[in-house]
Amino acid sequence: MTATLERPVSGPRGRTAVRIGSASVLLRWRQLLVPLVALVVLVLVSAVSIGRGDFPVAIPDVLRTLVGLGDGPQNFIVLQLRAPRVIVGLLVGLALGVAGALFQTFARNPLASPDTLGITVGASVGAVAALVLTGGSSVGALLGGFGVPLAALSGALVTGFLLFVLAWRSGVDGYRLVLVGIALWSVGGALVDWLLTNAQVYDAAAAYVWITGSLNARTWDQAVPLAIALAVLVPLSLAAGRTLNVLQFGDDTARGLGLRLAGAQTAVVLLAVALTAAAVSAAGPITFVALVVPQVAVRLTGGSRPPLLASGLIGAVLVVSADLVTRTALPEALPVGILTAVIGAPYLLWLLVRGRRQFT
Amino acid sequence: MTTHVLPDPAPASAPAAEPGRVRLAAEQVRLAYDEHVVVHDVDLELTDGSFTAIVGPNGCGKSTLLRALGRLLRPAGGQVLLDGRAIARTPTREVAKVLGLLPQSPVAPEGLTVADLVARGRHPHQSWVRQWSRDDEAVVAEALEWTDMAELADRPVDALSGGQRQRAWISMALAQGTDLLLLDEPTTYLDLAHQIDVLELVGRLHAERGRTVAVVLHDLNLAARYAQRLVAMKDGVLVASGTPAEVLTEELLADVFELEARIVPDPVTGTPMVVPVRRLR
Repeated sequence: MTATLERPVSGPRGRTAVRIGSASVLLRWRQLLVPLVALVVLVLVSAVSIGRGDFPVAIPDVLRTLVGLGDGPQNFIVLQLRAPRVIVGLLVGLALGVAGALFQTFARNPLASPDTLGITVGASVGAVAALVLTGGSSVGALLGGFGVPLAALSGALVTGFLLFVLAWRSGVDGYRLVLVGIALWSVGGALVDWLLTNAQVYDAAAAYVWITGSLNARTWDQAVPLAIALAVLVPLSLAAGRTLNVLQFGDDTARGLGLRLAGAQTAVVLLAVALTAAAVSAAGPITFVALVVPQVAVRLTGGSRPPLLASGLIGAVLVVSADLVTRTALPEALPVGILTAVIGAPYLLWLLVRGRRQFT
Repeated sequence: MTTHVLPDPAPASAPAAEPGRVRLAAEQVRLAYDEHVVVHDVDLELTDGSFTAIVGPNGCGKSTLLRALGRLLRPAGGQVLLDGRAIARTPTREVAKVLGLLPQSPVAPEGLTVADLVARGRHPHQSWVRQWSRDDEAVVAEALEWTDMAELADRPVDALSGGQRQRAWISMALAQGTDLLLLDEPTTYLDLAHQIDVLELVGRLHAERGRTVAVVLHDLNLAARYAQRLVAMKDGVLVASGTPAEVLTEELLADVFELEARIVPDPVTGTPMVVPVRRLR
C-alpha cells in the first residue's frame, strides 16, 4: 500500500494525481483553491455579520463564542439572536449554489436555475396561498410560524414534480426542461399575482416580503431542519460529480460511455429540486443566487462545468454578504432577495458581454 | 515518461482476434420511432476484426440501425447480441468496456479541453474510489499521442477546427479501449482532405489496433476504399452485403440510389469507384 503524488509529465498543468493503494483521484489545484478561499471569506463575513447590530460584538469574541468559549450575555446575543439568521443565510446560499450548478450541468444550459425553471415560484404560490387564504384567522397565526415554510416546501416539490413529469419523454432533454420550466414559471407567477390581488392589504404586505426572500427573524427552528436536509443532500450531490462529467455530454455520448442515463437524470433533478425546496422553505425565494453563482464559480475554477462545492460556498458568501449589507449599510432593512437581484442581474449581463468579447 | 504502458487494444493474455467470430449481431431487428417503422426485420453480423461500412440513400435507416447496434435505440422487434448476449440485458457499463460509439456531430461542453475529453473515455473503467489510475493516465497519454492530439491537449475542444475536433473524439474512443467501434457519419461537414484524414485514422484503428469497426458513410468511393465490407440499405431493408466490388454494381446504384453510373477501378487503390452519369426517375 503506497501513497503517491504525481504530476503528470505530459498533459495539462496544475493538476496532480493522488494514489493510495488502488484508490486514485486527479486533483486540480484551482478547483481546490477556490472553495478554500471561499470558505475563509465565508467564515470572516459570517463573523462580521454576527458581530454587527445594536449591540456590537468584536470579531474575535464572535469566533470565541461560536466555538463555545463565550460569556453569558455574548452567548445569548451571538448564539440565540444573531447566529441563526446568519446560519440560515449561509445554508440557503449553499443549497442554492449547489442546486444551480446541478441544474445548469444537467440542462447543459447556463440559463437553467430554480428561478427560471419555476421551482422558486412554485414555492411562492404555496407560501402566498398559506398567508393569504388563511389570513387574519387564528389558523393563520398558527400557520405563520410553521405552516408557511411547509406550504412553500410543498409548492416547490409539486412544481419540481410537474417539471419532471412534463419534461420526461423516455429521458429528460435539457432544452425541453428549460421550456417546460419557463411555462411553469409563468403559470406560477400568474397564480401569485391572482392571490395577491384578492388578499387583504396586511396579508399582501406579509406575502410580498416573503416572495422577495428574507432572513428576518430566522431562528434555530428554521436553521436546524435546513442543516439536516443539507447534511444529506450536499454529500449526495458531491458524489454525483463523476456522473455529471459524463451527463454533460449529449445523451448518446453519455450512454456510449456506460451511463445509465434515465437513472442519472432522475437522481440529479431530484437532488436539485430537493435542495431548492429546502432553501426556499427556510428563507423564501432569494433570486439570482442559483443562476449567477455557478457561472461565477466556473469562471474562477476553470473547467467545463460549474463546480459543485465552489458554487455552494460562493453562494453562501453571496447570501451572507447581501444580508449583511441590507441589514447595516442601507438606511432601511430591505429583504435580502432584493439585493441579490440588484447585484445578480447586472453581473450576469456583464458576464455575457465579457464572454462574447473573449470569443471574438 | 518515455515508455507507454499499453493495456490496449487487449492485454497480452487475452485471446487474439478470431476472424470468424461474430461480435455484434442484429437478429430480425425492427426499429420504429413511435408507430413509424424505419428498419424492417434486419439481420446483420459484424465479425471480429472486420471493417464494415453501411451505405444507402438519405432516410434509408442506416443511422437508425447503427444506433440500435450501439444500444441507443431499443428494437421494437428482434434483438441485438453483443458477443452472443442480448445487449439490452447487459449492464450498460459492461457494454461500454467492449463497444464504443461516436455519434454524428457530437458536441463537447464549452471549455472542455482535449485532454479532459479524452480522459472521459476512461469513464467505464473508473469508479468512485478509482478515479485516475496509472492505467488511465497511460492510456489517455497514449491515445493523445497516437492521434497526434498531444500538442493540442490543453486547447478547448470548441476552439478546434472541424477535422481536429473529430480527431479528438476518435482519440476519446481509443482511450475507451473498446474492441468494437461504431461511427455515425464521422466525415460530415468536413472538407475532402479532412474526410481522408479521419478515415485514415479509423483505418489505422482497424489495421494497427485490431478494432472491429462499423461506420455509416455517405461517400461511396471512400466507403469502398476504406471498408472491407459494404452493407447497402434501402427503405429500412438490407439489399446487399459483401466486398465493395460485390456490392457496388451499376444495377445496385440504379436500384438503391436511383442513379445511372459507371463503375471504374479507383486508380489509386483499385477499389470500385462510382462515376455518376445522371439521376434516374
